Amino acid sequence: MNDRIDPHRLDALAPQASEVEAPPKPGTTKTAKPAKTQVGYVGQSVPRANAKRLLQGRGAYTDDLKFPRLAHVVFFRSPHAHARLKKLDLSRAARQPGVIAAFDGRAIADYCTPWVAVLGHLKGIKSPPQYAVAIDRACWQGEAVAAIVAETRAQAEDALGHVVAEWEELPVVTDMEDALANRTVIHPELGDNICFARSFETEGFDAAMKKADLVVEETYGFGRHTGVTMESRVILADYNAAEHSLTVYHATQAPHMMQDIFSRHLNIPEANVRVICKDVGGSFGIKVHVYPDEMATAALSVMLRRPVKFVADRLESFLTDIHAREHKATVRLACMKDGTIVGFDLDDLTAIGPYSVYPRTSGIEGNQVVNLTGGPYAHKAYRAKMNVVFTNKNVTCQYRAVGHPIAVALTEAIVDLAAQKLGMDPAEFRRKNLIADDAYPYSFPSGLKFEKLSHHQCLDKLLALMDYTGLRAEQAALRKQGIHRGIGLAAMIEVTNPSPAFYGVGGARISAQDGATVRLEPTGMVTCLVSVTEQGQGTEGVFTQVCADAVGVSIDKVRVITGDTGVTPYGGGTWASRGAGIGGEAVLQAGKALRANILDIAAAVLQVDRATLDVRANSVVDKASGEERLPLAEVGRIGYFRPDTLPMKFQAELTVTRHYTPREYGFTFTNGIQASYVEVDTDTGFVKLLRHWCVEDCGTVINPLLVDEQIRGGIVQGIGAAMLEECLYSAEGQLLNGSLADYLVPMTGDTPDIEIAHVSTPTRQSELGAKGVGEAGTAGAPGAVMNAINDALAPFDARVRVQPFTPERILKALGKI
Amino acid sequence: MKPSAFAYARPRALEEAFALLDKHGENAKLLAGGQSLLASLNMRLAAPEILVDIGAIPGLDGIAVRGQTLVIGARTTHRAIERSEAVAKHAPLLAQAAPHIAHVAIRNAGTLGGSLAMADPAAEWPACCVALQATIVVTSKKGERRVAATDFFKDLYTTALGAGELITAVEIPCVEKGERHAFLELVRRRGDYAIVGLAARARLKGKTLSGVQLVYLGVGVTPVQAKGAMAALEGKTADDAAIRAAQDAIARDLEPNADIYTSAEAKRHLARVLVARAVAALVG
Repeated sequence: MNDRIDPHRLDALAPQASEVEAPPKPGTTKTAKPAKTQVGYVGQSVPRANAKRLLQGRGAYTDDLKFPRLAHVVFFRSPHAHARLKKLDLSRAARQPGVIAAFDGRAIADYCTPWVAVLGHLKGIKSPPQYAVAIDRACWQGEAVAAIVAETRAQAEDALGHVVAEWEELPVVTDMEDALANRTVIHPELGDNICFARSFETEGFDAAMKKADLVVEETYGFGRHTGVTMESRVILADYNAAEHSLTVYHATQAPHMMQDIFSRHLNIPEANVRVICKDVGGSFGIKVHVYPDEMATAALSVMLRRPVKFVADRLESFLTDIHAREHKATVRLACMKDGTIVGFDLDDLTAIGPYSVYPRTSGIEGNQVVNLTGGPYAHKAYRAKMNVVFTNKNVTCQYRAVGHPIAVALTEAIVDLAAQKLGMDPAEFRRKNLIADDAYPYSFPSGLKFEKLSHHQCLDKLLALMDYTGLRAEQAALRKQGIHRGIGLAAMIEVTNPSPAFYGVGGARISAQDGATVRLEPTGMVTCLVSVTEQGQGTEGVFTQVCADAVGVSIDKVRVITGDTGVTPYGGGTWASRGAGIGGEAVLQAGKALRANILDIAAAVLQVDRATLDVRANSVVDKASGEERLPLAEVGRIGYFRPDTLPMKFQAELTVTRHYTPREYGFTFTNGIQASYVEVDTDTGFVKLLRHWCVEDCGTVINPLLVDEQIRGGIVQGIGAAMLEECLYSAEGQLLNGSLADYLVPMTGDTPDIEIAHVSTPTRQSELGAKGVGEAGTAGAPGAVMNAINDALAPFDARVRVQPFTPERILKALGKI
Repeated sequence: MKPSAFAYARPRALEEAFALLDKHGENAKLLAGGQSLLASLNMRLAAPEILVDIGAIPGLDGIAVRGQTLVIGARTTHRAIERSEAVAKHAPLLAQAAPHIAHVAIRNAGTLGGSLAMADPAAEWPACCVALQATIVVTSKKGERRVAATDFFKDLYTTALGAGELITAVEIPCVEKGERHAFLELVRRRGDYAIVGLAARARLKGKTLSGVQLVYLGVGVTPVQAKGAMAALEGKTADDAAIRAAQDAIARDLEPNADIYTSAEAKRHLARVLVARAVAALVG
């Protein structure tokens, strides 16, 4: 089975209008057709409406916006990882051509209050107050200590060279074990460098582990890396003093969260703050956080009473976009001789930079590692210890698949090692230990609850898809010729569609519910406003499909609007693989409600029983025969322009809003399994990724094309983590590779073919049944690649444990250097 | 990432360019393809007062065969070299190396002369020119002078070019009968600068090698001739013993600098791997 899709054939994949509810062409007479089974859009690879616009260069990204009196801000950033600002003289910079104003942190703090990123449900988490522009002290290289606003970006950059700063360098903590030892405490007022710690142990853990026949233990390292969005961070804030209102055009994943934050920290009534999210060129979690320079930009607009724009250039992106994943973890697995896993024991250490990031905190990734390690398996014993420490590097926070790539890689690497020690095939070892498909609902030792997963179906499908047996034979044959290939598996579970348990219960003002407003227009078209945002991944296309099906119209009739707090319902936005599952359900329920309201009008107009009618193909039809009774354009005309013809006291309601919150489970878990096939050049330590497979169960697949591309894109980011991406810092805390020449992201030409298949276990929590899928690829790929490389290295008794797997690390493992 | 303000001139003749270089001295930068210069301007690593764009000066590009010499104009793009039949025939090492230079869009812009003048130690053309014993034609208002490629690369990003001089052409002896070439490069992503690369050339009679040139890129501040390894192979049959001797010599020939991802030790190891692969390619 090959799921790859030729992009040139996109049009061919679209449901043909003639097959699906074709509207009559103008001037043609529509004759009633016999009723046939209605073809829905959900489940079809419908090309998304906005793709053509973006490809034609007609996208409108925030940086494309032009405003009268628009000013541009740049930031003077600390060249040191930790230093006291002894003197800061902005006077010369302020006099440069085109410069409108230059401010230090104190001046900006008068307009923007600081924040402390802690959450109530992460017990004991601590972080110091963080200001929009740092005052007196910089805690990482790249932290802004002054802002310069000018008529053009170039003038502002010219003026930067005239800022006079005198620094007193302070002791730098870059190594996370040093940080944990607390020899130098970065924020003395906090007492130590520990932002957050958690430990956990199931009852009878020690006794259970003691009974095991085999205990394997290894320590793994994960490089700090970042999201690298094509469009960098950008914000344009436009304060209107006459209204004391602020309109913010923002490349963000969470417009309502930002509305709340601008309101509270700039002291502007919430209703006076409007956040508009234009086209966004990728987010991956990078654009869901509060960035000090963005808050400063909003404050500057208030201070200067004019629109101010900030665009992070690529060098600033590397220094200030959140990083993620710097972990060192030791994991132990205990099992019986027959391969039955008894338990897991985890000790994780992660470093997050000098501040916990607002408002989601930087404790979540480590917390996820604790929650998810061992996730696919049926053991009962589990112990975990985790420390999150401060360091003088850029901050880290939630990036695509938060914690999952660490937990999956730890779990799957130690599972492979145990299988190897027992002489068992890794696929068989997994089959023995994966939670049975009929064991749900299931309570996992870390406290997670699984509604319904399909590990065994996915494993079987994967092994068939990749021809596991054939591949093993090929591997053995090639080994004899000195060609060293490896096969790696990685089973996974993933957090999607989070309930308020994720943030809300901890006191974060982040909405777990989302809403959709669906409106029938007078011509029979449908406008759908959704609180989930489009980041370039096709969310709006998915909502179009769901809406068209729910109302009963053809897809060309639907227009989706997202990303404007001024017009959409209130909601959380795009993160934690929640957009389609939560926003989609809200659209479905709103669409169904509109359909019902349409039928009410039609029943009144036609004076028939409402139950005999349905909406299909843009018309109200007789449910039994399918015969057209009233085109939706006629419903709209009567509803809006001739309500006088409707019965007295009948009010047409052609706009409806519905919301959805997942409540039953903390998270709607999904599962899947990936496989990687690699060839290691044992002379050079270079790895060629030959093939990659993924079988994923995200419940209802709304749009197979978009789902598969989400998985592929996610896998490529996971491959980046495993093979290439790492933010390298010197001992002094200087970022060594902060450009796209030096920080290596995967390129298309070096990416293997990725085959995808699905098992579908819809969630019963919603009618749509969709679980999230955006992070699955990233969650599993690093573990699969690690296991494949170690499988290839097995004849040499060599293993690699520290990502990314550079030629250097592989050569060292092989003893070649 | 906006460059600081600079003046821009686009002279129509070499003499005009020389006059501008004279007038502005070190504050002027020559602009050819802009492959490296424009990025360093945007990052404000360079802030020249004036860019002298040599794009409109006639006679600086093109590929021609004159007698036993292949002459490539300095402004010839990497892509033109990659696609040239004359290069494929008379200097196949260049044809082999060209696809390793960055990506097509960059190869359409970057030029041979620009690469040589920039003298990035991990770039392909400098090592190829040394291996091919090319001659760099350097012109100033005083006239032309010819510098052997082996004498041209002085230090990191430093060449024999003096003030007021620019590269106008490169002369390469045409390939002779029995001559073999190999260009090998180790990169983590296609198009990146080499971790280690090797431009190799030798005459092959039967299985005996002579006129061996092994020039590494990415292992020093300039292209590095591995003289010990060259001597170990010179006049020898290309067998395992000779390859091992060459590999042993590499340890003495090269003093690689670590880069951010690769230690000096790993680079030396990779250089040893490459010499064996290059010999296999030369005799293959």
